[in-house]
Amino acid sequence: MFNYTFHWRPAFQALPAMLEGALITIQIAVLSMLIGTVIAIALAVASGSQYRLARFGASVWVETARNTPALFQIYMAYFGLGSIGIFLDSYIALLAGITFNNAGYLAETFRGGLRAIPPIQTRAGRSLGLGAFSTFRLIVLPQLFRIVFYPMTNQIVWAILMTSLGVIVGLNIDLTGVTQELNVRTFRTFEYFAIAAVIYYLITKLVTGSARLAAWKLFKY
Amino acid sequence: MIETSMTWSDLMFMLNGAGKTLLITFWAVAGGTTLGIVFGLIRATGSLWISIPLGFILDILRSVPLLIQFILANSFQAIAGLNATPFVVGCTVLGLYTSAYCTEIVRGGVLAVPQTTRRAARSLGLSYTQDLTNIVFPLATRAMLPSWIGLTLGVMKDSALVLWIGIIELLRSSQIIITRIQEPLFVLSVAGLIYFLISFPISRIGAHLERKWREDD
Amino acid sequence: MIEVENVQKKFGLLEVLKGVSLTVEKGEVVSIIGGSGSGKSTLLMCINGLESIQGGRVLVDGIDVHAKDTNLNKLRQRIGIVFQQWNAFPHLTVLENTMLAPRKVLGKPKEEAKAVAIAQLEHVGLVDKLDVYPSKLSGGQQQRMAIARALAMSPKYMLFDEVTSALDPQLVSEVLDTMRLLADEGMTMICVTHEMGFARDVSDRVAFFHEGVVEEIGPPSQIFGKRSKSPETKKFLANVR
Repeated sequence: MFNYTFHWRPAFQALPAMLEGALITIQIAVLSMLIGTVIAIALAVASGSQYRLARFGASVWVETARNTPALFQIYMAYFGLGSIGIFLDSYIALLAGITFNNAGYLAETFRGGLRAIPPIQTRAGRSLGLGAFSTFRLIVLPQLFRIVFYPMTNQIVWAILMTSLGVIVGLNIDLTGVTQELNVRTFRTFEYFAIAAVIYYLITKLVTGSARLAAWKLFKY
Repeated sequence: MIETSMTWSDLMFMLNGAGKTLLITFWAVAGGTTLGIVFGLIRATGSLWISIPLGFILDILRSVPLLIQFILANSFQAIAGLNATPFVVGCTVLGLYTSAYCTEIVRGGVLAVPQTTRRAARSLGLSYTQDLTNIVFPLATRAMLPSWIGLTLGVMKDSALVLWIGIIELLRSSQIIITRIQEPLFVLSVAGLIYFLISFPISRIGAHLERKWREDD
Repeated sequence: MIEVENVQKKFGLLEVLKGVSLTVEKGEVVSIIGGSGSGKSTLLMCINGLESIQGGRVLVDGIDVHAKDTNLNKLRQRIGIVFQQWNAFPHLTVLENTMLAPRKVLGKPKEEAKAVAIAQLEHVGLVDKLDVYPSKLSGGQQQRMAIARALAMSPKYMLFDEVTSALDPQLVSEVLDTMRLLADEGMTMICVTHEMGFARDVSDRVAFFHEGVVEEIGPPSQIFGKRSKSPETKKFLANVR
């Protein structure tokens, strides 16, 4: 059955290059989360706005992000925008696609989180003489942060996994991209990608592990 | 009107790809759900000696990019000389991936059924299987169905990645047309619309069920 | 003095308050009783401006609560309110809950705010729970904390909105005892309540609400005694007993 010899040694020699790729992977994931969170807050606010156009725009964004494949969203950034004269390189296109996706999902998370806080909490804050903004900052926001913490952790993991799609639009500096370059040169597909899989696994465990630790430190209640 | 050199046969070609997308989704969800129910029951009620290793393996499937799972499986079947077609590899990998998520849904659903309810059932003389089929499943389905619908749609979207192992599904077929007629935005919009038309109504039904059932409680 | 004059309140088409008038003098304890949906709780929200009104007016120490130029945040410092549930801010400890408003609203330095908070928590018997999070407290303790939190702002008036309704029966008395204590100390209080014993023993006057109006108001001896003139009051009291 196995008419094949595994060559692990050369694959392990490529480890430093792959770990460098992993740093790019983490960089893209973190950037997409930061920008995505800012946009998501704007979308959540817009979807509760009194202006029809703002509500419509927000729902188009959110529903497109949630109802089409992430790869489609990356294709749109990479190929689609070319039709209107915007040419993004594969790094920016990947970042844009994942950010678009993150923002859509996180907007829903924030909206749900706000709904989960009993309105009487705001009333209790106001009844003590706190202003509307202070009540939001001191009472609502800390509680919201806790509610969205786990969904946001999940989203970071998603973002990390989504970065692997960059290779399909020709990115060759992230973990999957570097691995694919090595693969094309040597055709040792299984060995290289197995190592890449282990690195991805460790990155996601590192993220969820530190999130758990942070939650334990942050949320004493 | 929008001017395009996209022809009806191009559209048919894309719809054909969409058919492939749905077919892969169907097999992956069917297989993944079956496995997920079995695994989920083991995770919820089985002994820790099986439950923990199983949980560990399934967690790997959720922590490694699906694209890499496709690549590894495809390469493995070549090495092992299995001669499996890309379609079979695609469905198998996607099915296992589905089962990893489905397991957690089933486990959550089963654990959501109060222990007292199950004790009451057993105390009436119902067997383990009778308890499952008459009490646990009907109650757990409510908790599981919305998540399961979400999972199915997620799998449908993730199935796009099989293009990397050479299957011409919806997104790959769009790409082929783009290469020929050089109208990426238009062709992709059509592809996006097809995805949306499949996904949006179903996700709305899921959200509706979830809301309705929450109000009933 | 709190003066409620012919207040009307609508939620959409639903008319909850249909012209309510009520005056509460300094040092007086007024209990409001009545069936659910009779508008009792809504009235409290209107008194401290948490709900708008559609007619009439509310004066607190002569200040029109619903006038456009009224500084509600400032006015609310004089009026403490305790709700039926979800009073506690879950992300803050008992001490932090109680210190929050003195620090952020009155701008007191940390040590001073802490001293005020501890004094009030002592008052309600929670001084041993300073660093505990509300989720670790019983319902009765949470309500006592909410009372201390309101008192830490040195309010002139205290409003209680069915504060014992969500509690287990054995926890009711500890909260009522705290309220009794306040009443004995001369606090001006309006208590929406289902506890008839409390209303009878502690109040100076009792108001019976029925379908959005004050059906009858008078000293407890009138409302609970044979002198009650309203058949609706008699019917209500017969059912709750």
